Amino acid sequence: MEFKTFVFYFLATILVYASLRVVTLRNPVHAALHLVLAFFSASGVWVLLQAEFLAIALVLVYVGAVMVLFLFVVMLLDINLDRLREGFWSYLPLGAIVALLMVAEMSLVLWVSYLDRVENDVPQAEATYSNVQAVGRLMFTEYVYPFELASVVLLVGIVAAVALTLRGKRKSKSVSPAEQVFVKAKDRVRVLKMTAEKRD
Amino acid sequence: MVETLQQLLPGFLIPYLDQAMQLGQGFFGPVLWQNILTVVWTVIKVMLIIGPLLGIVAYTTFAERKVIGWMQVRIGPNRVGPWGLIQPLADGLKVLLKEVVIPEKADAAVFLLAPVFAFAPALLAWAVIPFNDFLIVANVNAGLLFVMAVTSISVYGIILAGWSSNSKYAFLGSMRSAAQMISYEVAMGLSLVVVLMISNSLSLIDIVKGQDQGLFADMGLKFLSWNWLSLLPMFVVYLVSLFAECNRAPFDLAEGESEIVGYHVEYSGMSFAVFQLAEYSAMLLGATLVALLFLGGWLSPVGFLPDSILWLFIKILAVVTVFFWVRATFPRYRYDQVMRLGWKVFIPICLIWLTVVGCWMMSPWNIWK
Repeated sequence: MEFKTFVFYFLATILVYASLRVVTLRNPVHAALHLVLAFFSASGVWVLLQAEFLAIALVLVYVGAVMVLFLFVVMLLDINLDRLREGFWSYLPLGAIVALLMVAEMSLVLWVSYLDRVENDVPQAEATYSNVQAVGRLMFTEYVYPFELASVVLLVGIVAAVALTLRGKRKSKSVSPAEQVFVKAKDRVRVLKMTAEKRD
Repeated sequence: MVETLQQLLPGFLIPYLDQAMQLGQGFFGPVLWQNILTVVWTVIKVMLIIGPLLGIVAYTTFAERKVIGWMQVRIGPNRVGPWGLIQPLADGLKVLLKEVVIPEKADAAVFLLAPVFAFAPALLAWAVIPFNDFLIVANVNAGLLFVMAVTSISVYGIILAGWSSNSKYAFLGSMRSAAQMISYEVAMGLSLVVVLMISNSLSLIDIVKGQDQGLFADMGLKFLSWNWLSLLPMFVVYLVSLFAECNRAPFDLAEGESEIVGYHVEYSGMSFAVFQLAEYSAMLLGATLVALLFLGGWLSPVGFLPDSILWLFIKILAVVTVFFWVRATFPRYRYDQVMRLGWKVFIPICLIWLTVVGCWMMSPWNIWK
């Protein structure tokens, strides 16, 4: 067995285990942590496929940012698991149909590309080949309009988030640091010059 | 591995090396033997980095106490060993012997895992840090991205520490520290974007080599062609964000025990010490990154002296001393001021400078060709 194959099976086992635990664990924070582990193993598998940019982006974006927000939300919410489990059996048939459909679609897609792959073996890139550059070049030439569109969607998201959290004027009495910095002694203190008075 | 060993070993040992190679190949078979060699060589390289690093981290705590002592006209630790040199070992022993108190109803597994989450990324990132053109554990094309991705994981240590303590004070403290780290990560990331724009590469080796050229480097004044001068605003933003990212003074709200409670109030003994170690190793990593990205790494500051790994160490030492100096002199920021500095000052500066550098590179006065 080649070393790469061993690494793949190692990562894949962890990935499958972690993904199973995400849906079976009772504690939502533990489930979120297992999702982090799953992302990590998935990025390891991508590194094996020489897609180091995607792998690092997965860790940077999903593990470093998205899952942190997820954890914040999960920790702050008081999730009652018993209530979540109430309708399990009544929802099961519908859920099972949707799941089966998804599995069927995915296996169709994967099977076609697998047949393709077997016929013409995947070319191995050279070690010095930078796929950051390749992705960047494609993104700013061929896919520049979708890319710009995505950035506009993100901008709308930012504006919406700001609008949702903006609640009128601030009610706290904190002074703006700019004003604090430009304060002069004479604005606050008045020094009076007076002659000494005699006590009578 | 074999080539490196052939270069490093004295001549009379090389026949033995060849014999050992043949023996191993005959015993395990060529494929398995190659795999074993790869694993062993990687482990050796990792040990060569981690071992000295942990020692240096221990002595950074000592150096900090000494340096801050001198700055405040004190002596600093001077009881254990000559000049107090054994102090870090004594501290380590003391911390090891202390009881690790796990709060009642705390999530014990996550509680003990949180310090590891804080500490591990600061060690992991050293895998792609080059010490000169060839001394590097893994020469990854996207080295800078790797460092950014790995350091963004350390925020989990803080969040999980606060949550698993089962204490509302620790939880609030962890929310504060995590929000601080995430905010400053944005500014840090943007300043790194500018650096990789001008060096046209994500590889740390190429970024350092790129600083070796330009008008001043041709004149022999190499230290003026390093990135710190042409990207002065980014240099300042990165350095200050680093203080916030490592939870160091003046942004060390987690440790401001007289005013506010941090995420590690419930930690004691070794589990608390690991958080401290994480802080110091993150600081060392940050200092190394500043040295590599803005201060020319292993390049010598003037033309007539050769480039050497010693220059890198001197630069790291200088940046670490700045960390100590800041801790000894500056008062702590209030939390709302910390957030304001990150979002309303640093990010606008970064965005503006990003545009300026972009236009500069497209103009005929581009100095980074």
